[in-house]
Amino acid sequence: MSPHGNPEVPASSAGDVESSAAKVPAGPAGPASADSGSTSSVSTSSTSPTPDRSVWPLWEVFVRSSRGLSHVHAGSLHAPDAAMALRNARDLYTRRNEGVSIWVVPADAIAASDPDAKGSFFESPQGKDYRHATYYTKSEGVKHL
Amino acid sequence: MTTPEQTEHTEETTGHGDISVGVAGSGDSSASATRITPGNALRPEDIALEVRTGLVKPSEDVAEYALRLGDDALILAQRLGHWISRAPELEEDVALGNIALDQLGHARSFLTYAGGAWEKSEDELAYFRREHEFRSAHLFEQPNGDFAVTIARQFVVSYYQFELYRRLTESTDATLAAIAAKAVKEVDYHRDHSAQWIIRLAQGTEVSREKMIHGLKLVWPYVAELFADDELTTRLADAGAAVEPSSLKADFDRLTGEILAEAELEVPETPAAPGGGRRGKHSEHLGYILAEMQVLAREHPGASW
Amino acid sequence: MAAQNLQSVPDQPAVPGRDEADEQARLEAEGQAYFDKVMAEDSRIEPKDWMPAAYRKTLLRQISQHAHSEIIGMQPEANWISRAPSLKRKAILMAKVQDEAGHGLYLYSAAETLGQSRDKMMDDLIAGKARYSSIFNYPALTWADMGAIGWLVDGAAICNQVPLCRASYGPYGRAMVRICKEESFHQRQGFEILLELSNGTPAQKQMAQDAVNRWYAPALMMFGPPDDDSPNSKQSMAWNIKRFSNDELRSRFVGMMVEQVRVLGLTLPDSEVRFNEETKKWEHGPLDWEEFKEVLAGRGPCNAQRLERRREAHDDGAWVREAAAAYAAKQARKHAEKEFAA
Repeated sequence: MSPHGNPEVPASSAGDVESSAAKVPAGPAGPASADSGSTSSVSTSSTSPTPDRSVWPLWEVFVRSSRGLSHVHAGSLHAPDAAMALRNARDLYTRRNEGVSIWVVPADAIAASDPDAKGSFFESPQGKDYRHATYYTKSEGVKHL
Repeated sequence: MTTPEQTEHTEETTGHGDISVGVAGSGDSSASATRITPGNALRPEDIALEVRTGLVKPSEDVAEYALRLGDDALILAQRLGHWISRAPELEEDVALGNIALDQLGHARSFLTYAGGAWEKSEDELAYFRREHEFRSAHLFEQPNGDFAVTIARQFVVSYYQFELYRRLTESTDATLAAIAAKAVKEVDYHRDHSAQWIIRLAQGTEVSREKMIHGLKLVWPYVAELFADDELTTRLADAGAAVEPSSLKADFDRLTGEILAEAELEVPETPAAPGGGRRGKHSEHLGYILAEMQVLAREHPGASW
Repeated sequence: MAAQNLQSVPDQPAVPGRDEADEQARLEAEGQAYFDKVMAEDSRIEPKDWMPAAYRKTLLRQISQHAHSEIIGMQPEANWISRAPSLKRKAILMAKVQDEAGHGLYLYSAAETLGQSRDKMMDDLIAGKARYSSIFNYPALTWADMGAIGWLVDGAAICNQVPLCRASYGPYGRAMVRICKEESFHQRQGFEILLELSNGTPAQKQMAQDAVNRWYAPALMMFGPPDDDSPNSKQSMAWNIKRFSNDELRSRFVGMMVEQVRVLGLTLPDSEVRFNEETKKWEHGPLDWEEFKEVLAGRGPCNAQRLERRREAHDDGAWVREAAAAYAAKQARKHAEKEFAA
């Protein structure tokens, strides 16, 4: 089990823990959005045939808890298409007023950074203190600065 | 109609703060996607309070009318509740559960209000009336059947209820208007849910299309009863408290027609059943529904739960 | 293929040659070192991180069993929705059982990040190959069982679950946070049902006591076998999946129930409950672990019935799932053709 991968390539799926998995191309899928009222089909998953005809693909759900805040990842669900994924997300993830807007994204449309690139991928900003206001001490006490 | 102010932030705790860090101390607890609140809307309890304190009291006619709407919603909720743990997919367990809970909420509001005329609680009306005293239309009593039948029934119900509640929000009776204002938004979503499924089942596989056509055929005979006027609705409509059921028909036909056309389905040409639910004449099904629903409450008359 | 996930499993390499085998061994060692560091810091493992195969397997088993328990656990309560004795109770029970479907969903999602599709897990459950909490193989015989299940069974579940919010596997912990928040009402509504019954007619009070008598021991056994008979516990604790031992949690639970049963005006069916001043722990009478094993092995009162009901729902729904999938495929094709034409 190799921990390495290209951060530019989306994570591939695995049907089973032990089996090797095929790469899924990053489709031109955009998020389906509940607040714009758009429910156009963005399912890339329908291009990758499922072994069982009755299995619905996986979607990731992002919820905006109130106006002015970002959408936050809430969880996943299964749905046949974007329109139903939005509705299932509404039924599942906003039963207690958790949100005012929902995004659903086909799980296989998400490209993720490589977890094992922690060292190289996220090293650069470490130690660049001069990007932060606290680095500049000589101006302390000067008003409106 | 007033509703009590409710505080916005009611972060839940588990009541088990003594065990480890618990929810509050966990990293994700401040994530906005899990902030939960009870919201602020008209609840059956609010109506009960207003009835109890004498703030509102329906006329005999309005109570009788509220009883019809309440019974429709109650019997449907009883039917839909059966799906929870039996739906085609877990996501649909949750979806049908939400619809059932909405309907049950409407039923409780209407029955609570109706009971104000006769000093009866929602539970006295739900559990201690006999079959001929129920006022639900036959459509709501129809068995769940398979998923297509349930969707067909829900399709008709939600398009009917939407047109009804939409107009009732302008009722001269403030309580009816308030209940309808809450209900119409929820029913609007029920319309969408059933329409989505009508289209998918009709255009999915050959099997599903056949089942969808069959489902519509089974429920269509009971559509006519929903739009039948009688003396009560005419009196109430004249007073501006209710609407004539027949006045909803054109919009119902147009909007359901649009969905059926999109699904490439015909409006079934099944002859209408005579109905009679509004007069207490029910289908064969209601007796079984009530037997199950009322059995425990009737075993312990006067008990509190 | 279905288990594609935002937080997916790492890529599998092609069959390694000799040089690649060396390289892989080096990567394994690196991965193990990083994993050990995360454990030592009590930090979190995320799905694409390297993890020991046994850790993945243990988690997958535990999370899927937990999910199955939520789904099967819907049944004994769902059976009472239609007969709930007041409309308020009907609404509460409906919402609770519906929540359990949601909780099963959250947990299946967490398990899917480990590379197992929900469909496969469901197949295993229906085929009787997967386990779930054995308590749901007992029947819910009266309305008071809705109270006892909420108070005792959900109470025990919450004791187990609150520490799991800090489980070392990120998706599991996050699912548990959401579940614990939502379940906070489940135990309280159960307590209230019992309280109403206890303060009600003699028949109602009897019903409540009878339910507590039947659910008490199975609830205590939900924490799992005694520590000296729980071979996997030690490893799970080392992996920061489990935070407290079975006996530790059970003892705390008994302590809480002793207090609460007094408020209820009922009694626990256990004359040996006592607080041990020396160990500062609550102790309880002997539990029938033979019965526990029998029920777990499939020989409980309702095992066959529960699985059959799940299988039936799954099978009856197959044509619906197929229809929706077929519709989605058709729409996607139409969409693609339109784009091609333009």
